[in-house]
Amino acid sequence: MEKSNVVLHVADVHKRFGGLHALADIDLQVEEGKTHAIIGPNGAGKSTLLNVIIGKLAPTSGQVVFDGTVLTGRKPYQINQLGIARVFQTPEIFADLSVLHNVMIPALAKRDGMFTLNMLRSLDSETGIRAEAEHMLEDVGMTNRREMLAGSLSRGDKRRMELAMCLIQHPRLLLLDEPTAGMSRHDTNTTIELLKKIKSRGMTKVIIEHDMHVVFSLADKISVLAQGRIIADGSPDEVRGNPKVQEAYLGGAH
Amino acid sequence: MTTFMSRNDLFLFLGFTIVVLAMPIWLAPFGAGYPDLLQRFMIFGIFAVGFNILFGLTGYLSFGHAAFFGVGSYAAVWSFKLLTLDAIPAMIFAVLISGLFALIIGFLCLRRSGIYFSILTLAFAQMSYNLAYSVLTPITNGETGLQLTLADPRVLDAAVGQTFVGQPVPTLLGQQLGGYAGFYFCAGFLILAFFIAQRIAGSPFGMMLKAIKSNQTRMQFTGFNTRPYALSAFVISGMYAGLAGALLAVTDPLAGAERMQWTASGEVVLMTILGGVGTLVGPVIGAWIIKYFENILSALNDNILARFWSFLPEGVADVVVKITSKFVGDGWHLTLGLAFVIVVIFLPGGIMEGVRRIAAAFRRSGSSSAKPSARTQPAE
Repeated sequence: MEKSNVVLHVADVHKRFGGLHALADIDLQVEEGKTHAIIGPNGAGKSTLLNVIIGKLAPTSGQVVFDGTVLTGRKPYQINQLGIARVFQTPEIFADLSVLHNVMIPALAKRDGMFTLNMLRSLDSETGIRAEAEHMLEDVGMTNRREMLAGSLSRGDKRRMELAMCLIQHPRLLLLDEPTAGMSRHDTNTTIELLKKIKSRGMTKVIIEHDMHVVFSLADKISVLAQGRIIADGSPDEVRGNPKVQEAYLGGAH
Repeated sequence: MTTFMSRNDLFLFLGFTIVVLAMPIWLAPFGAGYPDLLQRFMIFGIFAVGFNILFGLTGYLSFGHAAFFGVGSYAAVWSFKLLTLDAIPAMIFAVLISGLFALIIGFLCLRRSGIYFSILTLAFAQMSYNLAYSVLTPITNGETGLQLTLADPRVLDAAVGQTFVGQPVPTLLGQQLGGYAGFYFCAGFLILAFFIAQRIAGSPFGMMLKAIKSNQTRMQFTGFNTRPYALSAFVISGMYAGLAGALLAVTDPLAGAERMQWTASGEVVLMTILGGVGTLVGPVIGAWIIKYFENILSALNDNILARFWSFLPEGVADVVVKITSKFVGDGWHLTLGLAFVIVVIFLPGGIMEGVRRIAAAFRRSGSSSAKPSARTQPAE
């Protein structure tokens, strides 16, 4: 593997919660432009790993490096400003605001930075940002819901909107925590198509997913996590054929 | 015009301006058309509009805003004592001092959110009250309150050779600010305060404040440092409170520590909730209603009640007078408490929610009887 292609490097990360060794000796390298899936049974530490990357949790030891910058110790908003966006397992959205405003806010964060005192400018004059947000909503097929309150959307629509909120920032790295959980088969397929479309734009993605259909349609590389350790690493075919994986994870599905 | 202010905002602003300026006329039939009460309507309207920027937009419930109100009063009176009796320097001075004060308190309190934030603000306000009441007597004149005297230096007035006879009264460009002049002076500031609040609510900054109220976690993962946003909202609302406090000192140049007490902080919370949290007009209406009923009910006494109920049989009238007398005079807070409980239970969005519901009911009945097909529905 060429070192220069690695955009995200999780190096020797350990995370303990009291006596629980939630992450043990995690070493993960994500290559630029690739979709890297992390799979594993419930409680394997997948979400903990994502939380460590995004700065929500501090690792007990080890560090996370993104494109030469150490993320460990930085605040979530600083990490986002470096170009990392995240879709949560339970959608984190602005329930009291309209769908359009939900998507405009991240676009403003991207343009104006982490703080601007632009209180005498009118929101109506932000035509550029508005157009961008409307275009983004069109991409995820939500144009007709743009004036609705985000809190009144269906679960699947909330996830799609959250994805739009991340995509509008054109992040270099997108972290997806079960992006299709709770979606109908039809919505899942739409989301897969959407994620494939982004893939062709060269965005790097780390995706946690239970649905093997989603994983094998999207992933270039798969890491299998079990009890806080990476037990297998490789292309989808390699992982599918790995007996350890069969035993720890896929075996249970048969 | 479209980029400066939307058509709806413009109508709201013009409507508000007209209602405020015409208050002496339309409030006269309600027995409230006299300057002293009208001034208080303006002053507490400003206080509530500013409080709403923090509580209504950003979602941080402060229980200590009376501290900034009091600081504004003290600062204004000191300006009258040391600089000049003209009101404008006093207003500027008061807004700056209260803004600085809010910056310090806000910086400390905003390290926590939710109930812990509320308790911290309450603690700081009570500390300020006690400092003003006793420790800082040289600055605040303690229990007696800070007053104007003929012996005050007033360096700017002295420099232009102005002298005074009798009790010093704040002026605006040489005109005394009593009575209706005082009302229009305060009304000008309320209209300006409303305009600025409207601009803030309709700006990207205002949308960020609403987003912080809605989901602070998402804001952080979206790349926003939420602390300076919340602190800005805190300082702005502190400056509004200082402005209101200064206006109270302009209309009545005496600043006392009781203005900073927790009951005064609680009152602005009640005004905002009663009128409608997060709406532009609601807090002003809440302030007006509370000040109006305070004025009416606290003036009633047993004699007036006895006359009012005199049509009832003797024994019954006595009992009714006895019961109702508990709700008026000094006991008017009991009435306020009851009204507040009823509003919060039945109209959690305050009076503005009531207005919206009535408007919606009218629209429904109007459209269903006339032309049901004309109802527009969101496209699916």
